[in-house]
Amino acid sequence: MEKNILIPIGPQHPGFKEPMRLDISIDGEKVVDADIILSFNHRGIEKATEARSYIQNLYLIERVCGICSHAHTTSYCHAVEEILGLQVPDQARYIRTFIGELERIQSHLLWLGIAGHEIGWDTLLMYTWRDRERVNDMLELISGNRVHYAMNTIGGVRRDIAQEDISGLKEGLDLLEKSVKYYIHVITEEETFLMRTRGVGYLSTDKARKLCAVGPTTRASNVKIDVRADDSYAAYLDLDFSVVTAESGDVWGRSIVKTGELVQSIRICRQVLDVLPGGEIRTKAPPKVPTGEAVSRYEAPRGELIYYVKSNGSNMPERVKIRSPTLGNWLVMAEMLKGVYIADVPIVVDAIDPCLSCSARVTMTDYSKGKKVVTTLGALGKWKKGRRGIA
Amino acid sequence: MDSLAAVLYLILFPGFVFLLVFGLFCEWVDRKVYARLQNRVGPPLFQPFADLIKLLGKEDIIPKNVDSILFQYTPLIAFAAVMTPIIFIPIWSATALFPLQGDLIIALYLLSIPALALFVIGWSSVSLYPLLGGFRAATMLFGYEVPFILACLSCGIIAGSWRISDITAYLEMYPASMLIVIPGFVIALLALEAKLERTPFDIPQAETEIVGGVLTEYSGKKLAVMRLMDDIRMVVGSSLIAAVFLGGFIVSYGSISWAGTDLTNVINFLLYIAKSLMIVFLLAVIRTLFARIRIDQMLDFSWKYLAMGGIFQLFIAVMYIGILHG
Repeated sequence: MEKNILIPIGPQHPGFKEPMRLDISIDGEKVVDADIILSFNHRGIEKATEARSYIQNLYLIERVCGICSHAHTTSYCHAVEEILGLQVPDQARYIRTFIGELERIQSHLLWLGIAGHEIGWDTLLMYTWRDRERVNDMLELISGNRVHYAMNTIGGVRRDIAQEDISGLKEGLDLLEKSVKYYIHVITEEETFLMRTRGVGYLSTDKARKLCAVGPTTRASNVKIDVRADDSYAAYLDLDFSVVTAESGDVWGRSIVKTGELVQSIRICRQVLDVLPGGEIRTKAPPKVPTGEAVSRYEAPRGELIYYVKSNGSNMPERVKIRSPTLGNWLVMAEMLKGVYIADVPIVVDAIDPCLSCSARVTMTDYSKGKKVVTTLGALGKWKKGRRGIA
Repeated sequence: MDSLAAVLYLILFPGFVFLLVFGLFCEWVDRKVYARLQNRVGPPLFQPFADLIKLLGKEDIIPKNVDSILFQYTPLIAFAAVMTPIIFIPIWSATALFPLQGDLIIALYLLSIPALALFVIGWSSVSLYPLLGGFRAATMLFGYEVPFILACLSCGIIAGSWRISDITAYLEMYPASMLIVIPGFVIALLALEAKLERTPFDIPQAETEIVGGVLTEYSGKKLAVMRLMDDIRMVVGSSLIAAVFLGGFIVSYGSISWAGTDLTNVINFLLYIAKSLMIVFLLAVIRTLFARIRIDQMLDFSWKYLAMGGIFQLFIAVMYIGILHG
């Protein structure tokens, strides 16, 4: 007889912002095991990139994710530029860094608010999202857009940071620093926040390494990995920043790491504004890319983002493969869920900052037989009408 | 008192209509304070009323598998239970409408009916989330009920009566004795926050964990009744605390008049409104400040701190009586 009770959470659930399903087995109030069922909204972006030119792909890839759109395009551009052997001007490298860090700030602030909401503290949500508006305003000032900035192009960036905007940006950074310091104070002092996050969703250093976790989740388990420092790209080599880690390995540690990264990001942004070299912002890139392949790594707000681009000499890529950070963290999430209370499930899931739009893969579910099959892209091409349910 | 007047009292003031209006007003105050503390604009004055009207007009769905009788009538029982204590609570003078010997116990009992009703609703809904919510509501009852009763009974001991009107009258006579029930006031306030299932104790309706909580399967009129029940529970709970702990802020009969009219009742009524609103305000501030705690942490907190504090308060009350009369 089955002793544990199975509770399905999702695909539609107020605790999740995007469709995913968790089947948790519980024994009493504690979670024994968790089964993650993904890909409720597969969009076939990787396949679609093969039918578009490199420039058109920029706009498609930007829409992989609404939170870290710049991370995706930068990573893609790095890969394509590597195949082309293109030298990106200094000004463009700095601008890419600046936008990337602003994006990290808005993503981490967003996470902090959602984390507050998951543990029923809507006040934190309202405050952090108010401050997130400032970052969005700054991004709008530079690029004209608040979500999809469309700043990157192959060979550089599309817009320069105007001299007259710099003082406004610095002012915005000052305000942000003030509020970020306040949030650090709040999350280290507020008793109910500590009660809900300390010791919850523990992940040991060993497990984090073994299961190949990425980003703040790993750093909170005291593993010092950060692509910005380990395999530097854009302008990070010339800038001074430190990799934030925490030792506790729980949800609280993850919030400490993320708020610490906010401080570092603000520091990086200030440096960029001080040392902007000026000059050209893009190198002209040919429409056709010679045969070759490249892998590029990027430290997105949620962790390491990997792009693999293979070209065949035409103006369209032969294959683009995206390994988004969330995909690297599913395994550790299932690990972290073991042994937590049911009430802690939302905050533990949220602690890896899951971005489902980034990480959808294809799974076909045959509901009549209750069987799940992971399909390849090739099989998807042959997928016939009349079969029920793409899940 | 003739029966027609009694019926009018029950229906108009301080009965159903007054509670309805004041309850919706308090909901607005609560939401507005909550919003302003969160840097939001908050709802306009008539928003709670509009919500209620809208819900009343919505389709009322009874799921197929539910226990139809329990599902339909439990909200009404809960609603009636939370309205009744108002007749024991002094509103415009130190004496309530229909005071009884021991009405403090009755009021406390009636105010804990909703938690049981929520449990029954959760059970009869035959659905996962209401069931979990109902269990949580019932479990929480064991946490906050004891401290709440201990705190309220301390005042009863000081006044030497279980009658709410007597407690108010005593506090009116000796306003300084309000100082020694301050710990009890804090305990009762926190326990009331738990009773009303608001953050940090909104465990039975934790949206991110168990979706709609107990009321997941409810819609239309029944949901409207349950929401109104929540508002009235807040008003009656605050009024009870105001009468029992802040009873001293009341003026004796016939001492204030203007242009030949006796205004004491009016002043006292305004004082009652002010006291209740202050408590609603404090409840909203508590709601803003904290994150939701887990059910095990809530029980820990209730027994370790609230119940201990309640016993401490009881001890103080007994000492006070001993010194006064010994």
